[in-house]
Amino acid sequence: MSTELRARFDPSTLAPSAGVFDGYEPSPFFCELTSPRLGDGGALALIHRRLSALSLDDFRRRTAQAERDLFNLGITFTVYTEANAIDRILPFDPVPRVITAGEWRMLEAGVVQRVRALNLFLHDIYHGQKILQDGVVPAGLVLGNPNYRPEMQEFPVPFGTYVHICGIDIVRDEKGIFRVLEDNARTPSGVSYVIENRHAMLRAFPDLMQGIALRPVDGYGIKLLEALCDIAPQGVDDPQVVLLSPGIYNSAYFEHVFLAREMGVPLVEGADLVVENERVFMRTTRGLSPVHAIYRRIDDTFLDPTVFRPDSLLGVPGLVSAWRKGNVALANAVGTGVADDKAIYAYMPRIIRYYLSEEPILANVETLICREPEGLAATLANLERLVLKPVGESGGYGITIGPRASQAELEAARAKLIADPANWISQPMIGLSVAPTLTPDGLRPRHLDLRPYAVTGRETWVLPGGLSRVALKAGSLVVNSSQGGGSKDTWVLVQE
Amino acid sequence: MTALSKAPLLARYAESLFWMARYLERVENLARVIDVTQTFESPGRPAQAWESVVRINADEALFRERYGLPQPDTVRRFYLLDVDNPTSIPASVAAARRNARTLRPLISTEMWRQMNEFHGWVAALTEEDVAPDRLSSLCTRIKEAVQLQTGITEGTFYRDQGWLFLELGRQIERADQTTRLLDIKYHLLLPSVADVGSALDLSQWHALLRAAAGYHAYRRVHPRGLTPASVADFLLLNGAFPRSTLLCIRRAEAMLDDLRHRYGLNVAGPAERLEEVRAGLEERSIERIIDVGLHEFLDWVQRMLIAASAEIGTAFFRDWRPAAGGA
Repeated sequence: MSTELRARFDPSTLAPSAGVFDGYEPSPFFCELTSPRLGDGGALALIHRRLSALSLDDFRRRTAQAERDLFNLGITFTVYTEANAIDRILPFDPVPRVITAGEWRMLEAGVVQRVRALNLFLHDIYHGQKILQDGVVPAGLVLGNPNYRPEMQEFPVPFGTYVHICGIDIVRDEKGIFRVLEDNARTPSGVSYVIENRHAMLRAFPDLMQGIALRPVDGYGIKLLEALCDIAPQGVDDPQVVLLSPGIYNSAYFEHVFLAREMGVPLVEGADLVVENERVFMRTTRGLSPVHAIYRRIDDTFLDPTVFRPDSLLGVPGLVSAWRKGNVALANAVGTGVADDKAIYAYMPRIIRYYLSEEPILANVETLICREPEGLAATLANLERLVLKPVGESGGYGITIGPRASQAELEAARAKLIADPANWISQPMIGLSVAPTLTPDGLRPRHLDLRPYAVTGRETWVLPGGLSRVALKAGSLVVNSSQGGGSKDTWVLVQE
Repeated sequence: MTALSKAPLLARYAESLFWMARYLERVENLARVIDVTQTFESPGRPAQAWESVVRINADEALFRERYGLPQPDTVRRFYLLDVDNPTSIPASVAAARRNARTLRPLISTEMWRQMNEFHGWVAALTEEDVAPDRLSSLCTRIKEAVQLQTGITEGTFYRDQGWLFLELGRQIERADQTTRLLDIKYHLLLPSVADVGSALDLSQWHALLRAAAGYHAYRRVHPRGLTPASVADFLLLNGAFPRSTLLCIRRAEAMLDDLRHRYGLNVAGPAERLEEVRAGLEERSIERIIDVGLHEFLDWVQRMLIAASAEIGTAFFRDWRPAAGGA
């Protein structure tokens, strides 16, 4: 950091203080604040000093106010029980997660590369299927995948973009190396929290970021709208874009509202839309009004009851045929779910090399593919050290964490693996990085991940930073909001 | 002639705006009615005043089923605490908020935030909060919360078609509610015609005017004296008092005019109904109305407003249902 910048800081915030960091011990994990990193312009040390200068009471008071604001602003998800609908906020942690300018350049390039590869892969498997013929990815894994949509074969999408909105889950290992844990190529959620967390931070901790230049996060709505206009049918001057939501009972409804507002487009539900003569219209006070591009937050199978699940009340009969006629654009395209499957994930480094002739910028978590003899042998030999995952499942089901499993559990896993090796992959257990997080005992290290969001129409743009999800329970590796996870503001530094 | 605005409005949004405004107006008026009922409560017959609240809301059957005979405390609970009563204040606030939630892509963040806080507060009211000695200040706070929402809306809500639907809902509900407020007097006085013109009676007409925030305005028109007929005339037929039924109907007609001129909507159906009820008000003197039967006339106005509302649904919302409840 420059001396000029240093001079601007209020001396009182620089006063050393015992307190919030007492007992903070991140090792053996990589700490996103205190582990030494190059090229941060001194910002990390400055943030550390400013945090140290706050009392625990001050932290608690400001955080409580920030969470009250989030609640009153309705930045909530709704949990439905038998009797009640309870609005909950995603717990907000006030200690920001900092990404240096250099780290971000690498992450951004890595995400762009990955999105390119995902789109090329999808185009290929719905057209010539060269990658299958060349034996790079087993054909059965793709064509037999429940998320592979034969309806999509030979159907061209504008710019070859299938995944317009992509969220890529990234973790950082003990050495500080970023690794992709999962691709989300269907309807990734959470981006609204990136922007709302920044606003919450600006309200509650304006002094913390004073004089530190951060990459802004509020351009997302504009970029998303641009991408949707890019893919709207040609010849439409001023395309009508809408966001299609399952409605107020969906747990991500707040985000749907947020994005519709940011883009300035109507938020519609299935029943607001109607297809006539293979064109899509919305019901307005003046009758039917044409719709040209749809950002849908509804899964493939609910989109159109005439093509997929006939019992879906959320979708629009005839939507898919209107889309196939080229009369309306859909983001994301139908059939992207095959690309973010765990089984395909293992092949992503090969997929990137195959289409782009480049090395992956972002590494995968090392993955053993058990359908391959070497992978199976290595997995069987190291089962107690590995995490064993079934390929078809999601949401953490069916996973065996070797180092935490009993002997009996390990034997059961071994039996399942031997019975059907093709259904399994295995990975080493990653010691996820940590960041200081407010707990009842003061600031303590808690594990976190990062989900950057990429928007692609004609080209790909990545929102600086992304969503940092943090496991609030000590030692927990589960960052999901449904299991006690919270989130942090993510700061991407401008200066090096 | 102004150019037609291009931006379309989803039928579902228009309906939610219309109903959100109606629910809020209902909440404000119910708070006014409860406040004035407490004032009406006179020694010897408190239950009767509270019973009339149940009657003007047409809630007799549901009330009997839940609480038996109307007593002051059970009526208060029924309207201020009972979320299972769809016409209660907490139920109406919840319905308004449900509509607001649907409308979040459209309304201002400040509108949503206040609605959310209002809902949180009302939903947490307890038996203690509705005790007689706190009732008047509670009603004031409820009234003010709705007025706050109205003010935030005035200052932040974008003035396109959506605004017109919101105003349309507000004016139609207010026109209806004023007829119901007037009807309380009718119900209260009916069993004791002997009281008409007595000191007690006059003080009750005073209270009624005050509940409608109309006492001072009334005094500007009638500096001296107070007769039941002139109060009824003022509340029903005055052309400048913001809660008078006639003025509200004229405002609603103006909204329809704007929807037609500025947005090209076909308003013929509802406009015809509103014109009919307005003409019914304009061509009758209050004396004539009272002679023929005030209650019957108020009933006719209410039925006409329900019909106008149905026409609005057919013309603009099609087969959409409101987010909760109905007329």
